[in-house]
Amino acid sequence: MRHTVIPFGPQHPVLPEPIHLQLTIREERVIEARPALGFVHRGLERLVESRDIAQMVQVVERVCGICSMIHAHCFCMGVEALLGIEAPPRAQVLRVMWSELHRVQSHLLWLGLFADCLGFESLFMQFWRIRERILDLSEATAGNRVIVSVNVIGGVRRDPDDAQLAWMSAEIDRIEEDLRRLEPATLDDPTVRRRTVGKGVLSRAQAWELGAVGPTARASGIAEDIRLTKYAAYGRLYFEPVVETDGDSHARLRVRFREALASLDLVRRAIRLLPAGEVRLKLKEPPAPHGETVVRVEQPRGELVYYLKGSGEKRLDRVRIRTPTFANLPALLVMLPGVSLSDVPVVTLSIDPCISCTER
Amino acid sequence: MQEATRAITLESLLAEVARLKAEGWRFVTLTASELDAERLELLYHFDRELRLQHLRAAVAKTAEVPSISPVFFAAALVENEVQDLFGLRFTGLLLDFRGRLYLEEESPMPPFCRRGREAEAPRGGGGSEAPGGESCATR
Repeated sequence: MRHTVIPFGPQHPVLPEPIHLQLTIREERVIEARPALGFVHRGLERLVESRDIAQMVQVVERVCGICSMIHAHCFCMGVEALLGIEAPPRAQVLRVMWSELHRVQSHLLWLGLFADCLGFESLFMQFWRIRERILDLSEATAGNRVIVSVNVIGGVRRDPDDAQLAWMSAEIDRIEEDLRRLEPATLDDPTVRRRTVGKGVLSRAQAWELGAVGPTARASGIAEDIRLTKYAAYGRLYFEPVVETDGDSHARLRVRFREALASLDLVRRAIRLLPAGEVRLKLKEPPAPHGETVVRVEQPRGELVYYLKGSGEKRLDRVRIRTPTFANLPALLVMLPGVSLSDVPVVTLSIDPCISCTER
Repeated sequence: MQEATRAITLESLLAEVARLKAEGWRFVTLTASELDAERLELLYHFDRELRLQHLRAAVAKTAEVPSISPVFFAAALVENEVQDLFGLRFTGLLLDFRGRLYLEEESPMPPFCRRGREAEAPRGGGGSEAPGGESCATR
């Protein structure tokens, strides 16, 4: 029987960023998928040769527009570990608060894009309308909507006052109520179910074998979440990962929807937990760490890994970044065989691919 | 991370990785760093129940490193990345882009090696400067 090889991407209506998949098709079914990357690779890791540590915080914030705060959080935690210092308790809780806000806005961005990919335009607009209110909270408390530049070595550079925190807490309640109203249309709509249930199935064994992380792994029954390592203030906030077992596109949709709700709750509880005190250590001299460390945090798309190596200079010797989408690409290559060509966009989008992160 | 790091040789790499897999460790990623003009360091990272373990190997830049992708397919992309950025050759890769995962014919080779044998122009012409002002060495 004849095979047809067709390109999917690098430009495609469901892909906000460029990635190419070479699909081998037989009778409208995918039998093999092969990726091509490098369309926008920036080599940001090499900037460590010409930027000092404080400047590198700004660089890693630009690895990804959607989770800039979490990249900087991870990098600062790594440098602080090398220096043998810890951010003050108030800064640790603020980092969690802004990280979870980032997770909500990232999941809402994806939920909107996923609805759009299914042709559900009104749902897309509802998710993005709610997302705007999360971005308003970011702008009011952190100074910016997307590239939230609050992290510094030894803490954070902003400290919301009580009035801001009270407004934020009340707004989170209203956002949660509005988001819950979208749950039946998102998870139970017959068209959404027909497009997602049983599509792009990844078993638990495959997810582990292929190194899948984040919601992609948790939708296949792997209850792993780096927040369980209790970094920053997560140890003081009761937290349980959202896990589903079906391993299909609908399971990944359910995990992200429920994680958005769980993150709103974490933001609210972080505000309640917020201790008084300083938000930034006063460093006597510019940081010049010595040694190496591996540090991990949970990004909206999963485990983010930074390897840092310093030799006592103001510039690090090596910064290596392993982003979650990079880890989830092998799983995507296994999900696609057997899928109908018309379902390829849905299954591809179901891992929430961030090419900006991948092409760091 | 020192207490969770073991030094290994290339000869024992595949056996060590297969043993870790059998013990339930998940492959996280591979980190390559330049040690000096002749050698690279490879750090393989593994996770089990949120604990990390690392395997460390120093290799010559001209060495052929056995790919661990037959054991962990998840390693295929990152080994291709190291192949592109550091010019290290992996043998037995299940998905081999042959130095073209990120790079084009005219790209500086290898772009992440600062200390090469000597500074040469990139393949295909069109000079390129590293951020530090040094030219990249050619593989």
